[in-house]
Amino acid sequence: MLTNIQETITPKRLTDLFEKNRRLLFRDDTAVLSAIREKAFASFSKLGFPDTSLESWRLTDLQESFSRGYDYHLQPAAEVDVQKVFRCNIPHLDTAIIGQLNGWYVSKDVPLMELGNGIIMGSLAEARKKYPALVEKYYGTVANDAIDGFTALNTAFAQDGVFIYVPDDVKSPRPVQLINVIHDDRNLFLQSRNLIVVGANAKLSLVHCDDSYNHQASFSNIVTEIHVGEHALLEHYKLQNLNNNSTLVSTVCFNLEASASLESHYISLNGGLLRNNIRVLFNGPHGNANIYGIYLMDGKQHTDNQVFVDHASPDCTSNETFKGILDEHARAIFNGHVLVRRNSTKTDARQSNKNILLTDTARVNSKPFLEIYNDDVKCSHGSTTGQLDQESMFYLRQRGIGEETARMLLMFAFADEIVSKIAIPQLRQRIEDMVKKRLQGELQICEQCVLHCSSPEHPVDFKIDLGKI
Amino acid sequence: MLLSIKNLHAGINGKEILRGVNLEVNKGEVHAIMGPNGTGKSTLASVIAGREVFDVTGGEILYQGKDLQKLSIEDRAREGIFLGFQYPVEIPGVSITNFMRTAVNEIRKFKGLDQLPAGEFLRMMEERKRLVEITSNLTNRSVNEGFSGGEKKKNEIFQMAMLEPTLAILDETDSGLDIDALRIVANGVNKLRRPDNAFVVITHYQRLLDYIVPDFVHVLFQGKIVKSGGKELALELEEKGYDWIKKEQE
Repeated sequence: MLTNIQETITPKRLTDLFEKNRRLLFRDDTAVLSAIREKAFASFSKLGFPDTSLESWRLTDLQESFSRGYDYHLQPAAEVDVQKVFRCNIPHLDTAIIGQLNGWYVSKDVPLMELGNGIIMGSLAEARKKYPALVEKYYGTVANDAIDGFTALNTAFAQDGVFIYVPDDVKSPRPVQLINVIHDDRNLFLQSRNLIVVGANAKLSLVHCDDSYNHQASFSNIVTEIHVGEHALLEHYKLQNLNNNSTLVSTVCFNLEASASLESHYISLNGGLLRNNIRVLFNGPHGNANIYGIYLMDGKQHTDNQVFVDHASPDCTSNETFKGILDEHARAIFNGHVLVRRNSTKTDARQSNKNILLTDTARVNSKPFLEIYNDDVKCSHGSTTGQLDQESMFYLRQRGIGEETARMLLMFAFADEIVSKIAIPQLRQRIEDMVKKRLQGELQICEQCVLHCSSPEHPVDFKIDLGKI
Repeated sequence: MLLSIKNLHAGINGKEILRGVNLEVNKGEVHAIMGPNGTGKSTLASVIAGREVFDVTGGEILYQGKDLQKLSIEDRAREGIFLGFQYPVEIPGVSITNFMRTAVNEIRKFKGLDQLPAGEFLRMMEERKRLVEITSNLTNRSVNEGFSGGEKKKNEIFQMAMLEPTLAILDETDSGLDIDALRIVANGVNKLRRPDNAFVVITHYQRLLDYIVPDFVHVLFQGKIVKSGGKELALELEEKGYDWIKKEQE
């Protein structure tokens, strides 16, 4: 089924769409999931979309994005040439690949893979049917309609997406790559829903890419709910490489149990409008979360990172470091909000946002914000925005390094504080290459995904060789 | 003639600092420029290197017969001008190895030479490290990041050894150094002295000149070179202080 709504997206059109398709949407729901859906729909009907009257949306106006007009698919495309869309991965990195096309899970063989070590991964729609109790235990517990209209809408319409389950005590031997490709010859509005569960004492590395392969407009409302069990570790890499006509509202909710660790990396290389809602909940003591972000924007690109860390338990540590380089008319917003609740003693929370503006017309609004209801805490926040350091430029050029190369070197060094934190060497190398290409203005759409390689691998030829020797 | 400065006037934000400097440097020579604080010593070094915040308002600087003002900062460096910074800049995220490899190769490219293969470059680094007596593993660290004052200055000398300049200007490289670091810095300079290069050593104190023996000593005062002489001038300054010069100028 294809619903043609190539007109401005409005809450009314979506609630009508929902009502008209109730049977289809509720078809595979258990009683619990159906109640969640119904409640989310009621919330969305009441909330609608957030607008610029809300503080957290004050600087990101979606009206233009909504007005482009999109189709909405209530069923996946009948035939997908999987080989064509997802045929490669990061060189020398042995990964399990999960593909999504326009928000729908696509598979070469089975909709849900069950590996020997108990790991389950595949389609969320399938998991709801096959493992309803497992899904119900986690689904919608932290990513729910209470967050905002987008999450409510996603929860109301949620049909498919990715499900990953790593049982207790299992360390996933290889990283999992979740690739969401948006590719259609018409404008698409799409919503996918991902649920990831990392059991107690378990470990998972997850590389999550959002990519587009053409210049068609799209609007994605993607909600990812991630549960990290006690003493578990999640390494999370979110790569965004979308075309300039795309709008992405990504909401990722991390729920960290006692002594859980999260290392999250947001790497935004391209996109028309990228909105990242990053929510971390410390649901038990001694949790640790490091959230790093780098955004490299130019043209009229707009990026908005909203990081909310809820220190709801004592003895937890969080560290947010976001950095951005903005060229031309690009715009970036960073809102960090750390909430330290009354009983959360010994909280250690840091926030930092640093930006380089390459032009007079690029803009940044940065607001690191601490809300603290406990005295026994260590919290810090800071924000800087400036140009490339002229002293450093002079120093480099005085050694014979050309102006353009010196700029590249400084920009790369600035970004590298984030990129160097990537724990998987092959991935780090690949992202370094992409950052270099991006800074040189050579990262092309259609060859930009970290995983895309319809052409053979070429090492990135950077004019200045920054490779470690 | 390697460097010929004639009646140089320069300033910053409309404020004149150099008020007619004349200086001639030939290959094989070591010149010391001394003078009280705030008389334009660092400005002179910066202007030769091409620092853009300074405006040259009169006079000329010829380097190997070329008008330096027509050359960019990097082209001056590629032509062989090296400035040892008084306050070397910290550049987090750029390792010294990458920094030097980029610099060496850009200079080679300018001269029409091929890039230095990685192995050869590394050998060169090791050799120059030994030459300037750097034992610590500075080279894997980010440029100057977290370096002590002495390490920063040693790193300047190391870079000089790597780039083999024709004209090296050392801007108060001795400031803030203990005697051991001072000796290392001076030894580095002495080892790099050759008949085909020249050094301009800017210093506030005579101390450095015990180790680097200059052929000429100049006193810069109120934006002008007011006195020039041999190495004995430095000793005289040490003995009498700068008040003597000040009185003479009044």
